Amino acid sequence: MLRILCFVVATVVSSMTFADVSAVYGFDDRSEEQRYQNLIAELRCPKCQNQNIADSNSPISKDMRNAVYQMMLEGASDQEIVDSLVGRFGEFVKYKPDLDSRTFMLWATPAIAVLGGLIVVAGIVVRSRRTGTAAPTLSAEEQARIDKMLAEKNRNGSA
Amino acid sequence: MKRFLLFLPLLAAIIVGVVLFAGIGKDPTKLDSALIGKPVPAFSLRDLKQPETTLDEAVFRGEITLLNVWGTWCPSCRDEHDDLMWLAREKKVSIIGLNYKDNRDDALVWLDRLGDPYSKVIYDPKGTLGFDLGVYGAPETFVIDASGVVRYRHVGVVNGDVWERVLLPVINDARENG
Repeated sequence: MLRILCFVVATVVSSMTFADVSAVYGFDDRSEEQRYQNLIAELRCPKCQNQNIADSNSPISKDMRNAVYQMMLEGASDQEIVDSLVGRFGEFVKYKPDLDSRTFMLWATPAIAVLGGLIVVAGIVVRSRRTGTAAPTLSAEEQARIDKMLAEKNRNGSA
Repeated sequence: MKRFLLFLPLLAAIIVGVVLFAGIGKDPTKLDSALIGKPVPAFSLRDLKQPETTLDEAVFRGEITLLNVWGTWCPSCRDEHDDLMWLAREKKVSIIGLNYKDNRDDALVWLDRLGDPYSKVIYDPKGTLGFDLGVYGAPETFVIDASGVVRYRHVGVVNGDVWERVLLPVINDARENG
């Protein structure tokens, strides 16, 4: 009984340490909260580079979440909030960078890879079709050789 | 045609090699500042050393300055402190400090014990100016030209090598094209 109690207490307590870091911000309605969650999921932490600011516990992410929240309270649009953070920390903080000359390859590479793959596949298919029809035809000389071999085999077999 | 196809892997390897080689030696944790070419953001904060004085962006007008972001909680700031002292003393560089997310008493003790390379120190306990400057980790050092425009941001420790290789060329450029 005591063991079960210990287990239950430990389970309940352990979840507290994983409490959502953004839970301190209050929102009047669900859609605003959802908007906030979407924004912080799309913004990247400049310090811990492979995390968004929703997941990161670094001080700078905390400041950025706070700034997002404050701007939302002031009625800023998503675009204004993102632009304001990009103005401070650079394009880097967006997980979806705008299409410009620097990010062109970043956006184009998947399309180029797919296109390249399609060309290779198409090439293989076309070639195999061409050789596929050519394969069964034999020259007269080859045909004569085969006939001879078969005739020989039949003779040996019957003997 | 067949012959050409044999060279395709080599060609691909060369292209990939060139792309990857360009990335060697680049530190992805060092980001270019978004403020390069823009004026220092407006602020109104207290002077660390003279609490009754308020400083604003006008402190950066008149001469080329380094803006050094530091805090007593930052071990690398301790590391670069002697080099900042050397820059201020030997190279006569004007350095303005931004005491970032720190408290005044600790910061004053630090300057008292280790020496004070700063002509002025902006006291930013909440990190508001730091946030506007896009500071994401101290120490950071900005080169600001005589008209108060950000020319460069160095993330990490400043030392003799960084000064020679990185900061001095930017400062010389700012002097010539100021």
